[in-house]
Amino acid sequence: MERRRFAQDALSEWMKTNGPDSEIVISSRIRIARNLSRHPFPMLATNQQSREVMEQLTGVARDERLESFGRFDIFILSELNELEKKVLVEKHLISPGLANESRGGALLLNDKESVSIMINEEDHLRIQCLYPGFQIKEAWTVASRIDDTFEGAVDFAFDEKLGYLTSCPTNVGTGIRASVMMHLPALVLTQQINRILSAITQVGLAVRGLYGEGSEAVGNLFQISNQITLGQSEEEIIDNLYGVARQIIEHEKAARERLMAESRVRVEDRVNRSFGILSHASIMDSKEAAQRLSDVRLGIDLGIIQDVPPCVMNELMVMTQPGFLQQVFDEVLNPEQRDIRRAELIRGQLLKSESGGV
Amino acid sequence: MQCQECGKKPATLHFTKIVNGEKTEFHICEACAREKGELIPGTPGGFSIHSLLSGLLDFEPAAQSGLGPKPQTIRCEECGLTYSQFSKIGRFGCSSCYRHFSGRLDPLFKRVHGNTVHVGKIPLRSGQQIQSRREIEQLKLELQEKISHEEFESAAQIRDRIRELERRLADA
Repeated sequence: MERRRFAQDALSEWMKTNGPDSEIVISSRIRIARNLSRHPFPMLATNQQSREVMEQLTGVARDERLESFGRFDIFILSELNELEKKVLVEKHLISPGLANESRGGALLLNDKESVSIMINEEDHLRIQCLYPGFQIKEAWTVASRIDDTFEGAVDFAFDEKLGYLTSCPTNVGTGIRASVMMHLPALVLTQQINRILSAITQVGLAVRGLYGEGSEAVGNLFQISNQITLGQSEEEIIDNLYGVARQIIEHEKAARERLMAESRVRVEDRVNRSFGILSHASIMDSKEAAQRLSDVRLGIDLGIIQDVPPCVMNELMVMTQPGFLQQVFDEVLNPEQRDIRRAELIRGQLLKSESGGV
Repeated sequence: MQCQECGKKPATLHFTKIVNGEKTEFHICEACAREKGELIPGTPGGFSIHSLLSGLLDFEPAAQSGLGPKPQTIRCEECGLTYSQFSKIGRFGCSSCYRHFSGRLDPLFKRVHGNTVHVGKIPLRSGQQIQSRREIEQLKLELQEKISHEEFESAAQIRDRIRELERRLADA
């Protein structure tokens, strides 16, 4: 079978450009949940009803109403194989729920992979917009326009008092989840992170690690998002997240400066040691890879390592996930084989970028 | 850290529960978590992550038991979901559930969001009437302010705008 485009590149097109504050904020994301007014939510829908919802919503993409947001491909989940679904999850383009549990599930994906629209996930429609760096307001502007485009074609479940009605009561109102993915190695190294994260949760925001809900942060990557969706306008929700994220950026910058001023050699040693191990190791498990890649990324941002472009790190974070790894090598791998292939892949990428070509 | 259940694998699920200041921690491995159906060991009756939410849902009926119909008998006429099913799974079945369970939802929204009324975006096309009603409310406030400042000329303009909006609403 011909490989699909999303499965070839670890880095979505939108990730290849640099956004503002991209040395700390990897990406900004808006997700909006919507439901059609006269259909039961996906959990209780019959197969027939789920199919109708899918037809109606994919129709909006077929009618080319979305074309100002890019060229959209329509993927029916039941027509994708397990590995393809896994890759989409690892690239954060669909949720594990849509991949494994949906009936009548579909994905509308634009060519840059900056807009992914899930159909029949927990809600009928979930619009997701991704931007590189710290551009949460820009992501909202686009997501809201896509929302308007759909609303021009279908009737959404909306209540004057409660706003947009969603399957889960935690999304009712605006149906919005705004989040920023931040790389915070200096706050972790200087042991300030727990104090900051617990402060975050007290202002109506939630923190989780990359890959895996609620688990410890892998590779010093933290996703910060709003919890409240009712009683605040979208602008208030986004301003709140923006303000808090802005403060965290400043704390991380200050921590990096202090690290360099007070223990420059130790930082250099840590960075170069990780770079050396990544460049030469023969076996690399995913946890170690994430930590070492984080060190190297910090080294790039601090100017300790100069030959490697920062996006190589983002790319390797995705490429070294189990699904993508198997896609790259085009074979089914057990965990042990994966660790060997992962080491091989990282060595290759670092060598390639050092010799000039990415 | 080893799993509390099997004592063999490393614990990957960490869960901290704080009830009335009393802290309980669980550390179990993924395999045990799955086997238990995400039940956390050591709590009476079992405690699932998903029921965290329904804990909030059950709170309100208990507080006012004896008043109104029992949760088992409240049912969404549209999709058939009962309130007690909703409080177990923490998900609505359809948009009409919000209406059929309306008497019991405000305390839940209050606890989850701290609010009970939507103030954000309104659908562009189907929300035009709501948009107009909100605009009228806003204009009425402005009108009061103009009158209290004795700016009668601009007050008259606002009054005319309100009348026009109300006429359009009545025609719709």
